[in-house]
Amino acid sequence: MPADSLVKIRDLNFSYDNRPILNGINMDFPRGKVVAIMGGSGCGKTTLLRLIGGQLRPTGGSVEVNGQAVHRMGHAELYAMRRRMGMLFQFGALFTDISVFDNVAFQIREHTDLPEELVRDLVMMKLNAVGLRGAHKLMPNELSGGMARRVALARAIALDPMLMMYDEPFTGLDPLSLGVIGQLIRKLNDALGATSIMVTHDIQESMLIVDYIYFMSEGRVVAEGTPDELRATKDPFVHQFLYAEADGPVPFHYPAGDFSADLLRSNARG
Amino acid sequence: MDSLRNLLVGLGSRVTDRIWRLGFAARFFAAILGYSAQTFLRPQLLLREIWFSGVLSLIIILVSGLFVGLVLGLQGYETLQRYGSSEALGILVALSLVRELGPVVAGLLFASRAGSAVTAEIGLMKATEQLKAMDMMAVNPLARVVAPRFWGGVISMPLLAALFSMMGVFGGYLIGVVFIGVDEGAFWSQMQASVDFREDVLNGVIKSFVFGVAVSLIAVFEGYDSVPTAEGVSRAITRTVVTSALAILALDFVLTSFMFRSL
Repeated sequence: MPADSLVKIRDLNFSYDNRPILNGINMDFPRGKVVAIMGGSGCGKTTLLRLIGGQLRPTGGSVEVNGQAVHRMGHAELYAMRRRMGMLFQFGALFTDISVFDNVAFQIREHTDLPEELVRDLVMMKLNAVGLRGAHKLMPNELSGGMARRVALARAIALDPMLMMYDEPFTGLDPLSLGVIGQLIRKLNDALGATSIMVTHDIQESMLIVDYIYFMSEGRVVAEGTPDELRATKDPFVHQFLYAEADGPVPFHYPAGDFSADLLRSNARG
Repeated sequence: MDSLRNLLVGLGSRVTDRIWRLGFAARFFAAILGYSAQTFLRPQLLLREIWFSGVLSLIIILVSGLFVGLVLGLQGYETLQRYGSSEALGILVALSLVRELGPVVAGLLFASRAGSAVTAEIGLMKATEQLKAMDMMAVNPLARVVAPRFWGGVISMPLLAALFSMMGVFGGYLIGVVFIGVDEGAFWSQMQASVDFREDVLNGVIKSFVFGVAVSLIAVFEGYDSVPTAEGVSRAITRTVVTSALAILALDFVLTSFMFRSL
């Protein structure tokens, strides 16, 4: 376990309505690194992010952020911690009743008493960092999907967080926007000196920008390593996932009985 | 036997679900009250909600009030003149409006216009993860979104009911005095002599305040508790309008039976 991990997850279990979602997860997220959590839909990736952010409480194990156990925090402590976290939601989750400028200024105004001139300068700097300073007067419904994601990114970094979390940041983006968002995630992480956790199933883009990858399946970590290590691995699950093979350890067919028996039964009925 | 057991299990689970939801609503109401101080310390948030719930409801309230007053004037005159007391038209119009029609009809209109809008707004904020995003930014959605909308509705409702009654009285005056020719002096003086401030006006204000609390609570709760899908939000809006209407009518009966016991 690296000594300088910002986030440490140990033996983490989580169940919802007695249905196990996560089983015995162990992960480390070293400071200054961009780490991806990959896996198919419904494998528990987003749940893991919500556990790190303290929006869910684990049924077992621990989640530590910056040396503090998130799952044991009270409301006030948790909110104090979240002021140092940023999260980019899957579709941006911009506040639709206020402008791009006000969206980015939201956290600054809520958590600081800075004069409006300074708030303006900070917001413009954040928007400039994502290339959308010129769009500060637009409303969220006037933005394309990629622009909305970039504004949401500017909003998430408004208070220079120590930890950035990205929930499927590439979903629904065209190739150009996808590349822009990917590069922004890397550059902003390095510029802010932050640590980033990215939940995604976009392999090609993620492999270019991340330092380390955890692969999850059915609530467990099934493989981990640097992008180069994973490209070279013979692990059938990782191979199937990386090269998008239809069949493999994750079966193409949903579990069912014998196909010929099914067909004979339908013929008999007909 | 199995079907009977399933029926009982289904019935039991529906009843316990309702009770659980009622308990959740009570805790939700207590939480809103707990965050109310923050709402009043940030008057710009409250004013925004009074604008959306109150000011933007003005047109429907004023126009409806006028028409209700016009109809009351016509019907009232028709009945009163049979007994030779058409001068009492002012009393009939004013008491009907201030005691009952003002708070009740304004409450029903308020639930349809502002209550449904509040539910839709909060429900869509939930469906598009805006509430979750706010929570992750260490900003409590109950304090920042829900409590101001609740108090915006509570403050707007009595004012809207008062304006509804005022327009209704004006409508009654237009029909009775201007078009039919009831004596203007009798219309106003009898109204002034018979409408009691505490018994009639104040009770009407109390009613509209209670309806404001009920409608606003139902609207914010249904939005916050909605299933975060298009269908879920649509169902929540329907529940807001239906539950608010039933709550207003039931509360009106209870309040009337306490307020006007001498009747």
